[in-house]
Amino acid sequence: MSPVYSRFRHRREVPSDKADRLPPGQYLAAGFPVLSAGPTPRTPLSQWTFSIEQGGKTLKSWSWDEIQALPAETVTKDIHCVTRWSKFDTEWRGVSIDTLLGAVEYDAEYAMGFSDGGYTTNLPIEDLTDGKAWLAYSYDGEPLDPEHGGPARLLVPHLYFWKSAKWVRGLRLMDTDEPGFWETYGYHMYGDPWLEQRYSGD
Amino acid sequence: MAGTAVQRRLTWTVATVTSDVRETPSVRTLQLGVPGWTGHRAGQHLDIRLTAEDGYSAERSYSIATAADESVAITVERLDDGEVSPYLTDDLRVGEQLEVRGPIGGYFVWEKADGGPVLLVAGGSGVVPLRAILRERARTGSDAPVRLLYSARSLPDVIYRAELDGYAGLDGVEVSYALTRHRPPGWTGYARRVDAALLAEVAWPASENPLAFVCGPNSFVELAAQGLVGLGYPPGRVKTERFGGT
Repeated sequence: MSPVYSRFRHRREVPSDKADRLPPGQYLAAGFPVLSAGPTPRTPLSQWTFSIEQGGKTLKSWSWDEIQALPAETVTKDIHCVTRWSKFDTEWRGVSIDTLLGAVEYDAEYAMGFSDGGYTTNLPIEDLTDGKAWLAYSYDGEPLDPEHGGPARLLVPHLYFWKSAKWVRGLRLMDTDEPGFWETYGYHMYGDPWLEQRYSGD
Repeated sequence: MAGTAVQRRLTWTVATVTSDVRETPSVRTLQLGVPGWTGHRAGQHLDIRLTAEDGYSAERSYSIATAADESVAITVERLDDGEVSPYLTDDLRVGEQLEVRGPIGGYFVWEKADGGPVLLVAGGSGVVPLRAILRERARTGSDAPVRLLYSARSLPDVIYRAELDGYAGLDGVEVSYALTRHRPPGWTGYARRVDAALLAEVAWPASENPLAFVCGPNSFVELAAQGLVGLGYPPGRVKTERFGGT
């Protein structure tokens, strides 16, 4: 039983028509908070690539211009950060991960997203496919700001937002699941906000 | 350490406020008695949960303000539009209870074995985990050279001032304040924002392979971290913790 704090009152009411979109333990953020473990990397687009790798080999690599030339989608999604803020109706533009993985022959169950600055995060491939994930390079109609992960980040909105790796440079395909950066420090291997999978063991 | 840091389940524990300190008009430290606390490392944080009479609850994360073998304390700044912080800074009384789980995180952490030199850069209440690091240095008898650069609006806004000034008298610790809004008459410290030029004056040269910890509001951290990279700090040696939006 949680001790009751009788003087504690709700401050943030969620409109009733939106309440069922807010996962447990989350609140609606006013702005777009920034969280990252180090300085914001800034890779020139001329040197930027996105690669799919497996077993130490690069299966396919795209330049910035090649990514821009792929079919793009605009999607509007609710996002949920493990630090408890959520933001509704965020608009992104980018390339479906289905399109990228469809360009290679692979046999794998998991992927490690890897980023400039050394950040990594692990995901089951079934959470990256079937229209559930994107390589996003635009937010709210503008090029994605570096502080929010630009030039391009993963967008996997059905999982806590640390899975949507900022400054992503590729996917390393894996047969078995391995922890990425925050997962190594005790954050959950999967990170479903609706199950409140914040930390290992949740 | 990585990989084994927190692989056990983190359970909620009922904690009691054992004492408090009014640090500034908007900042309060709560000393917490947490039965079964398994210890923490300097720089880690914890989650707290408040539960209302109707069962509604709200959770937030706060940096732990104390060194590894000290009892748990958090230092909270009141955010006027905050749902949780005003209760912690102005309402919750000594002897009352709340729920806690942790410790959490393992990247923004300093231990004696990490050595130095260490650069600590704080914006406002971002000083809290950095104070834990200074306490850890003192607790362990580390001789790692440490410089703290602390940006605050005014001297009365400086959290832990007496304690920090005490560290500044110790061998190997230097404390610099940058007051951005109001300065007392005769102020000889820095009177401007932390930017690349100020960091160039205060920060250890990159050639000494320093380890930097930067904590504060996002815009502050963004500028300071970028400034350190500009001074030649490898990005992997600049650890950041940010709060707030853009």
